[in-house]
Formats: sequence, C-alpha cells, structure tokens
Amino acid sequence: MPEPITVLVNGALIAVRPGTMVSAAIVIAGETLFRRSVTGEPRGPLCGMGICFECRVTVNGQFHARSCQTLCEEGMDVQTDK
Amino acid sequence: MTSTAFDVAIIGAGIVGAACVAEAVREGLSVVVIESRIIAGGATAAGMGHIVVMDDSEGQFALTRYSQELWNELAPELPRDCEFERCGTIWVAADEAEMATVRSKRDFYEARGVTVEILDEHDLAKAEPNLREGLAGGLRMPGDSVLYPPCAARFLLEKATNHRTRPAALRVGQPVSEITKQGVKLRDGSFIPAAITVNATGSWSPQLTPGLNVQPRKGHLVITDRYPAFIRHQLIELGYLKSAHAVQADSVAFNIQPRQTGQLLIGSSRQYGATSAQVDTQILGRMIDRARLYMPRLGELNAVRTWTGFRAATPDKLPLIGPCAGNHWHYLATGHEGLGITTSLGTAKLLVDQIINRTSEIPLTPYLPGRLAAETAHA
Repeated sequence: MPEPITVLVNGALIAVRPGTMVSAAIVIAGETLFRRSVTGEPRGPLCGMGICFECRVTVNGQFHARSCQTLCEEGMDVQTDK
Repeated sequence: MTSTAFDVAIIGAGIVGAACVAEAVREGLSVVVIESRIIAGGATAAGMGHIVVMDDSEGQFALTRYSQELWNELAPELPRDCEFERCGTIWVAADEAEMATVRSKRDFYEARGVTVEILDEHDLAKAEPNLREGLAGGLRMPGDSVLYPPCAARFLLEKATNHRTRPAALRVGQPVSEITKQGVKLRDGSFIPAAITVNATGSWSPQLTPGLNVQPRKGHLVITDRYPAFIRHQLIELGYLKSAHAVQADSVAFNIQPRQTGQLLIGSSRQYGATSAQVDTQILGRMIDRARLYMPRLGELNAVRTWTGFRAATPDKLPLIGPCAGNHWHYLATGHEGLGITTSLGTAKLLVDQIINRTSEIPLTPYLPGRLAAETAHA
C-alpha cells in the first residue's frame, strides 16, 4: 500500500492514493459543484475522459484544468467554483 | 404584388445597414433591407465592438464622438445580449516617447471636452495588474464602451422591421446584381423598386458601385475561455495607431477586450491584398506574440476560437456617407474600416439627414463620397 498524498480542495486537506484523479479528490472532499456555466448553472464531470470539458477547475492557479485528466500531486491546490 | 416603390432600399444588413434602416424608418420613410447572405455576418461579426472616440483627424473625431453619444442614448434600450458595458479604454504607452503622445492626445481631447486621464507607470499597473512590468503608463478614456455587434445589429434591424406603423421589409438570401435608377435588380431576376438605393455592403461595396475606392483589409480575432476580471478595460497599445496607419505592409498590434462573460477578445491584425477568409497562422502567431509581449500571462490561457473578417478601407480613413458624385438615387454608407461598429449610428443620422434634407448635427463634408472622385481628378 503506497503512502497517501495530500491535496487541498477549496482549502480542505484531503488524503488520496497516488494515481487518484483530481476529479475523484473533489468528490472525496464532498464537493458536487465543480464549476458554473456561463449562465450560472452548476457543472461537474460528465464524460470522465477529457472530451466534455464540464469538470474544469482551477489547479495551482491554472484556470480551466480538466479535473478528470489531472493526477493529484502532493500539495496541489484545487479550487472549484462556488 | 405591388409596383409602389420604396422610398429607400438598403443593401447590406451589417451594423451600418441596420442602423441606417432604423433611422430611416424612425423618420417615416418606407424601407426595404436586402441581405444576400447572413444578417450581421460580414465585418460586423469580426468587429470587436469597441465604442471608441478617436483623434486621427477632426472628421474622425467628430463622427466617433457623435456616434458614441448616440450609443450612450441608446444603451438603456439595448437588450442584455448586446452586452453593452462602459469599461473604458486604456491606450498603453510602452516608453517615454509614447508618453509624449499620451500627453498630446490628452490636450487634444481636453480641448474638445472629452474626459481623459493620464496614468503613470504605477496607476497603470494598479488598473491592469496583468500587464507586464515596466510599461510607461497610458491614457484612460472612461467614456468608451464595448458591446456585442451581431446582437446590436439585430436589435437595430428589428426596431425597423417591428415598427408599429411603417415596418421595414427584409429580403434575405438573394444577391443583388445591379443598382439602377428605378431600384434594385436581384440575381434571380426579380426587381425591387426604390427611389433611393443605399450601398451598405462594406468590403463588398465596389461590386455594386463600380470604381469605388474601397479595399478589403483583413483582420484576425481570437477569443479565450472565461477568465473573469483578468482585465478591466479595453487595452490597446499606442503602437496600434502606427499599425492602423500602415497602408501597405501587414501589421499587428496588441488590442484586448474584456467581455461580460469573462472571455477575452484579442486582436488585431491588418492585411491588404489577402482575399481568403482562412485563418493565416503566420500572422495569427505574430498577433499572439505581440499580445504576450504586453501581457505575458495570456500564454497560460485557453483560446477557444479564431476567425477573420474584412474591413472596408478608404484611402483617407473616413467612411463614405451620401450620394455618389452627381447621382441622386445611388447612395453610399460604406468604407468604415475598423470603426464601423462605433460610427454606424452617426452614419445613419448623416445618411438620413441627406435623404430628407434635415440639418445635420455635425458637418457632412468630410464623409461625402464626392471627395474621392475629386482626389482622383487631382492625381
């Protein structure tokens, strides 16, 4: 069993196994809203394979990162929309 | 159906044609609008929608200021999807030489009653933190605005076609083959009788007015994903003026605009002689490099779409508004180059002033088409 790594999701410390996608870490953190559409509707992962762009979040200050295509790294700072 | 002639036929339903039809209907004229392709699908769809006062010449200043006042009057009526926003412009000065230009522009505008503000290096960095460090300052024009031109054109057109007592007629999908004294011949052989016909077809206008000195000047645009508050003003490098003035070589300039959605609209490029509407990756690359020179973080953002359009350029950078020389039934409302979104409303007023013999609020002379014929005669 590899050592867990720690990421921040909206400021909360979350421990996950190496190889965990950011989208999964967000769900583990109990968040359901990943981002808001241009008209303010809530959005979250749909395709899970990088095609639909619905799961975008801010990772280490980088906007519009596809959380389903981004692996968690130690100390990563993940921000969803509110 | 009926042989009664329209008072006015307007060819071209871009923002200039749309503004002209709205004004003509407002003044009680019977009007038909003829659009061969898509409403607001030409230069209107490739304009940034920057409502800007400019100081290139007295004629340009008078028309842009007049038009900006008209947009401000119209603003409360504009639907939400027109995204009208008085965000202001900052003309960005890279060095001390450009700051000297900033000061002379300030003097020009203040002498004419336009509010402006000089920003030093620190003011500029505070106003727009994503600009690179080390820029000299800028000139803030708080009265400038942005809007979304295709929706603004549709709004103006619908004002006319939905008019309570004298709705404008609209014909879409059939190219015009000829403007005649009796009206407009369409390529399918049909004929629309009109006392006056207005050519408002932008870069296509020489096709219907042979010999007209209007050249297509290609431009590229890039729009990004949403990055709210990344910038707050329309930002343009002062070097833009050099780019806009170059009459032969291809040129690019840093010109970026915040949209209400949080997207960034990035320009601008200018090319003469380019006829294909395809995106030219070489000049697009130059344009992006130029933008990143002023705003390095742009390189981290996602672009979602690039496209092109053709400005209608005249030799003296002023539009053509009024009858062709010595011709009282063939009018022009074209040649607006990169300022057609701003000057559409002023153009409509000046055009209708001439049609109904109304006194114009600014002098007409700089925009009369006859001036180009006169220049040719001198040449």
